[in-house]
Amino acid sequence: MTRPAPGLLAPAHLAVSGLSLSFGGLKALTDVSFEVRPGTITALIGPNGAGKTSLFNCISGFYRPREGHIRLDGQDITHTHPPARAKAGLARTFQNIALFKGMTVLDNIKLGRHAHMKTNLLQALAYWGVARREEMELRAEVERQIIDFLEIDHIRNKPVASLSYGLQKRVELARALAMRPRLLMLDEPVAGMNREETEDMARFILDVKEEWGISILMVEHDMGMVMDISDHVVVLNFGKVIAQGPPAQVQGDPQVAAAYLGSGNPAELMRRLSAVGEAA
Amino acid sequence: MRIATAKETYIADEGLLTTRTQRAWMIVLALVLVLAPFVLNAYWLYLACLVAINVASATGLNILTGYTGLVSLGQAAFMAVGAYAVAFLDGHLGTPFLLNIFAAGLVAAAVGVLVGVPSLRVKGLYLAIATIAASFILHFVFTNWVSVTGGMSGVNVAPARLFGIELASPFALYFVIVPITALMVLAAANLFRTRIGRAFIAIRDRDISAEVLGIPLLQYKLMSFALSSFYAGVAGGMWAYFFRVVTPESFPFATSIFFLAAVIVGGLGTILGPILGAAFMTLVPELLKYVVEWLGPVFPNAGAALSPVRTIVFGALIIFFLVFEPQGLAEIVRRIRRFFHLWPFKT
Ligand SMILES: Nc1ncnc2c1ncn2[C@@H]1O[C@H](COP(=O)(O)OP(=O)(O)O)[C@@H](O)[C@H]1O
Ligand SMILES: [Mg+2]
Repeated sequence: MTRPAPGLLAPAHLAVSGLSLSFGGLKALTDVSFEVRPGTITALIGPNGAGKTSLFNCISGFYRPREGHIRLDGQDITHTHPPARAKAGLARTFQNIALFKGMTVLDNIKLGRHAHMKTNLLQALAYWGVARREEMELRAEVERQIIDFLEIDHIRNKPVASLSYGLQKRVELARALAMRPRLLMLDEPVAGMNREETEDMARFILDVKEEWGISILMVEHDMGMVMDISDHVVVLNFGKVIAQGPPAQVQGDPQVAAAYLGSGNPAELMRRLSAVGEAA
Repeated sequence: MRIATAKETYIADEGLLTTRTQRAWMIVLALVLVLAPFVLNAYWLYLACLVAINVASATGLNILTGYTGLVSLGQAAFMAVGAYAVAFLDGHLGTPFLLNIFAAGLVAAAVGVLVGVPSLRVKGLYLAIATIAASFILHFVFTNWVSVTGGMSGVNVAPARLFGIELASPFALYFVIVPITALMVLAAANLFRTRIGRAFIAIRDRDISAEVLGIPLLQYKLMSFALSSFYAGVAGGMWAYFFRVVTPESFPFATSIFFLAAVIVGGLGTILGPILGAAFMTLVPELLKYVVEWLGPVFPNAGAALSPVRTIVFGALIIFFLVFEPQGLAEIVRRIRRFFHLWPFKT
């Protein structure tokens, strides 16, 4: 099994500064600033409704923030269209899986590579030259780098709709990886999974970081997983960043606990947060 | 029972025909198509050409509606554009047959792109209405742009000529129309093995996530419109050489519904679907005509009494398929294939 050589995908540096977003009167995000350092895993946590998904939607270009900037390797992408961000190296998965249900696993994954391919309409109709070569290369790469890596070879020709929830989440990760991302964004990658599926997914995310060397930004409720695998944690509450730092520091931050619970007991906070994750 | 062979490499897996049986069937089909004109009488040959023309147009509509998820009721109008383009080029410029057919596709594609512009904003029923509106505008143009279209009385088209041979009979035209249609079907099958075809399907299934994957929606929706109406234009061009007269009533609005029904009955979003659907929609009314004739001696006056019944039976058949096989004729074929694939061990 060959995997991309380290450094093949240069990890991106994401900088969000002073981001604000509102829906009518509702302030979903207020002056949010944080960074994702190249090659690290940053976790975004906070209770339901804190604005985590909205923040993801700003970064991937669905929502237009009222104020603030989003920079990828110093380049301002705040106002570019989603396809341009995909080209720049941004890939994401969705909280509610957004796969193409009628297509096979393989076709879903292949779609991830769309923006990196060059076949034009005429070449596609004739399936000659570039078209044929590109499709063959794509298939070979997808098999080698993604299907083997995520251990989904037994389902490659199955329609996505026939798969379990856990496997669908994995296929969505596969499709995002096919985009050759430099920053991978995962919205609740293990929500609704059982223990075993969660452990598999945590392992895959760590492997992606270590073997592909890309930066990862992840929203997650599962505190055990967040504390285990992330390098940096950002805590969001009512659309504001109330704390950030290494997991151990955030975990012990009395301010975080106070903001959440009105008590000063971090252990209680973590218990409550995990409960939220399991309920969702 | 055929044992499923383990694929040696995925290269074979990426082919159009992946098993030996499929290749064998394709050769049989090709032979049948080549030999058919020597066996069929003039009437059935006429029908065969008509089916081929309709398959070309239905395949185009299927790219737009079946694969990209954009419902259009403008296919007949795009065919008309192609037919008029051929009539004009042939009559005024005298350009060669194949070039005219190709140009008919290009002109229709250009019109299709214009009609497709609203598709970025509207979908479903609203887009269908927009394409109906475009059809009526085009119909107005056909009746009133007399210098090009000949107005209500239309334009005549001289017989096609290819390599100095006059293609006036269905027999002669068959050998041009069927290969052109076959090429167009092949091109469509190829398309859906590549990034562009996948992008169309992605837009159909979920256009939000299509954008995140780097697929620019407007560009691809317009491309799908262009391609679909190119197919309609070529079909319309062949139609013009086949019937040799084009009037505003050659492609009534009902023809657009005919094509939508053909792709739905055949199976949306499959290559086989529009082929089966167009054949079904074209041939079943004819077959019912035969049934009525056979019943003639049994029931006196059958002709008069049964011809409305024919229309009703045709309508009922369409409804039957929609209700009992919403995935279309292509799905029935797939089930039969699977049956023989596993037979006799499993049904
Ligand atoms: N498209 C939208 N329109 C209006 N309100 C929204 C929209 N999306 C999110 N919100 C609101 O913004 C707040 C943050 O939601 P969200 O980002 O989904 O939170 P989280 O992902 O942290 O649970 C919530 O109050 C939610 O109701
Ligand atoms: Mg959320």
